[in-house]
Amino acid sequence: MSDDHDDSPIAARVRELEAILEEKGLLDAAELDRALEAFAHKASPANGFRVVARAWVDDDFKAKLLENANEALPAVGLSMGGGLQVQRLHVVENTENVHNVVVCTLCSCYPIALLGPSPTWYKSTAYRSKVVSHPREVLEQFGLELPAGTEIRVWDANAESRYMVLPRRPEGTEHLSEDELARRVTRNGLIGTAAV
Amino acid sequence: MPRINDVGGVDGFGPVEQELDEPGFHADWEAHVFAMNRALIGRGLYNLDEFRDAVERTMSHESSYYENWFRAIQTLLREKGHV
Repeated sequence: MSDDHDDSPIAARVRELEAILEEKGLLDAAELDRALEAFAHKASPANGFRVVARAWVDDDFKAKLLENANEALPAVGLSMGGGLQVQRLHVVENTENVHNVVVCTLCSCYPIALLGPSPTWYKSTAYRSKVVSHPREVLEQFGLELPAGTEIRVWDANAESRYMVLPRRPEGTEHLSEDELARRVTRNGLIGTAAV
Repeated sequence: MPRINDVGGVDGFGPVEQELDEPGFHADWEAHVFAMNRALIGRGLYNLDEFRDAVERTMSHESSYYENWFRAIQTLLREKGHV
């Protein structure tokens, strides 16, 4: 987050509306600051990276994660709570033959608690329209070329259900610790537009 | 007539453009819009479905994602007589 654009007209209009709402007692500045602070520190793709790394080293955790992700998350100190409504998280596993990719065709549903705010391309009409009809072509735009025989599964998120991809563990990483493995994971890997 | 948000499978939106190492928010005001929306929904000034509906009926493809959010928030607050 940066303050670079705070002189922009929109930043001024946002500040103005906040001031009006505070004056009317509809918004509390301290409450807003607390929310911003908590959000800035808690919601980040690093959470998703940790989940993936644990799944790579702990088969029991992985089995539970794939079966009921909401119940598995507390084991790594995470939850899908904190949002405006309870969301069911589905973790979908990439295998040798299956590659998963996530979209929200209607808007921008995304597991923010685990991945932080979504990137702009995820919310773009270009991605949302095309990944469901031409997933292979879209993945190639991200530099991900899958073998012709790989089945691509596209998961459409909604208000109640969110998805996260469990990427395949890269080869030759047997010697890495869980923390080191977590650093190998990327945000695009958790959405499915990258291999890891 | 599908609404502008219902784009799954529709052609003609061009290639997907990716920004390298994109941050969660590009500017402080975007985070403020996000947090403000949560706070206002949390206080019951409007609900999440009303917000989604407002985004969809007021959105512009010329505007950025959080600009569209801000327009929706302003619209709802106006319609409900809060501002």
